[in-house]
Amino acid sequence: MTDHIPAAPLAAYTAGDPHLDDATVWAVEVHLENCAGCRARLAELAAPPLRTLLDDVQVTIDRGVRTGPEPARRRAWRRLAHRWAVWSVIPWVATVAGAVLAAFALDRQFPERPSLVLLLAPVAPLAGLAIAWSRRSDPAWEITAGTSRAGLELLLRRTVVVLATVLPPLALAGWRLGMSPALWLLPSLTFTAATLLAGGLIGVGRAAAVLGGGWLLAVALPAVLTSDLPAVVQPSSLPAWAAAALAGTLLTVLRAGDHRRVN
Amino acid sequence: MVRMVSATELEPTTYAWPVEAAGLRVKAGRHVAVNGLDLRLGTGVHGLLGPNGAGKTTLMRAVSTVHRPSGGSLRLLGEDATNGRVLRSLRRRLGYLPQHFGFYPRFTVREYVEYMAWLREMPKAAIPGAVQRAVERVGLTGRAGAKLKTLSGGMLRRVGIAQAIVNDPDLLLLDEPTVGLDPEQRVEFRTLLRELGADSCVVVSTHLVEDVVAACTDVVLVDEGRLVWQGLPAELVRLGERGGTGDSPAERGYTSLLTTHRSAA
Ligand SMILES: [Zn+2]
Repeated sequence: MTDHIPAAPLAAYTAGDPHLDDATVWAVEVHLENCAGCRARLAELAAPPLRTLLDDVQVTIDRGVRTGPEPARRRAWRRLAHRWAVWSVIPWVATVAGAVLAAFALDRQFPERPSLVLLLAPVAPLAGLAIAWSRRSDPAWEITAGTSRAGLELLLRRTVVVLATVLPPLALAGWRLGMSPALWLLPSLTFTAATLLAGGLIGVGRAAAVLGGGWLLAVALPAVLTSDLPAVVQPSSLPAWAAAALAGTLLTVLRAGDHRRVN
Repeated sequence: MVRMVSATELEPTTYAWPVEAAGLRVKAGRHVAVNGLDLRLGTGVHGLLGPNGAGKTTLMRAVSTVHRPSGGSLRLLGEDATNGRVLRSLRRRLGYLPQHFGFYPRFTVREYVEYMAWLREMPKAAIPGAVQRAVERVGLTGRAGAKLKTLSGGMLRRVGIAQAIVNDPDLLLLDEPTVGLDPEQRVEFRTLLRELGADSCVVVSTHLVEDVVAACTDVVLVDEGRLVWQGLPAELVRLGERGGTGDSPAERGYTSLLTTHRSAA
């Protein structure tokens, strides 16, 4: 910024001389943006009516800033809630908590019968997953499905929300019944991963119905009828559940792209 | 306020057509709603016309990358939209207002548009300014803090337009954007459309022929999932001067094109 604007072009620019060519105008404006000294010279050159006009504008702007609307307040916690919350699952939280509570009460009452908490644990997250992905319960599904964060990111956020609402009641029930956390946690995670994995191909709702229905019919119902605790929910099956949960989670993340579109 | 022009904005595009479809097939459920469509759209405002069930909404869903085409090719902004890997970066440059605009009733206007900007992965620092600008452009500045459930149908439609333009998309898709707008708002909306179409590709699906003639630079007529006619609004009006049924020359042009197409088929 060594070369300041010579007096002649500055005067011509200030007066709005139509003969000033574009290249000179640009050079003058670029210099003015960065040089307070030349801006002061420009102000001195300005004709009195222009200065009066500028003063008026300044006063009006100042008044507008003082009396105008306040800048919108930024409410960080509300924004956090919007980005994480899966609004449609909220009514369903109460249902799951109620079911776990009922299973817990029955387990306390009849300790010799197969644990209903353990039989419920694998399928507890499925309804929440189905609801979180349901077009009917998410009014904005079509708008969100076409955005960049659809796919892996929304998949992870929704799953975290669903698990965060399902696992605490299960943890509480399991702890009060003196069970190993792995016994209910690993089947729960495995079924969650399997639902998301199959859901990428046939739809999460359908996958949840097939897997949840299959478990209830093939394992839970016979266990309740025969009063035998099935082998799959006994501690000896834990290594298999651990392997299945790990493999399922990895595959789900790898196949997250399946959730990028809705059909 | 000084707005910095980034290098990517000045970069020349490497594609000839923002939307380029060849033999495109898209299913809606089991029904093939778009069946062998060939279409090229450049910069400007394109009015997508067609009778109910012509496949307009399904076509919009495919171009918005929500539905996967079942056949043919679809290139959007130079990218192959049938390839899942490019979707994430492609979607940052898209704006979409679906026909059934769903929203969360407890969000305020500003929160909803901000949420959509975030979903489209706009840079964090750019979001508040972009949201304010989008809300201003649709004329909802005074209602920015209002909850969505308190708004009228026309206002909700404008919120929908605001969320679609918040990221300054290179490709903007609006499905029936003027539903519920009063005549004055429709005139304002047409002005906004012309502004948006100056440097991006805007596709407006509508059943209102007069909106297309007033605000579009190009008319695309589809029927039974295929392209029937593509041309200038003035050409549509000229066709209507020769016959057809309807209240305006453009409507007569529209009906006569459909009749000719159907009798030929
Ligand atoms: Zn200077």
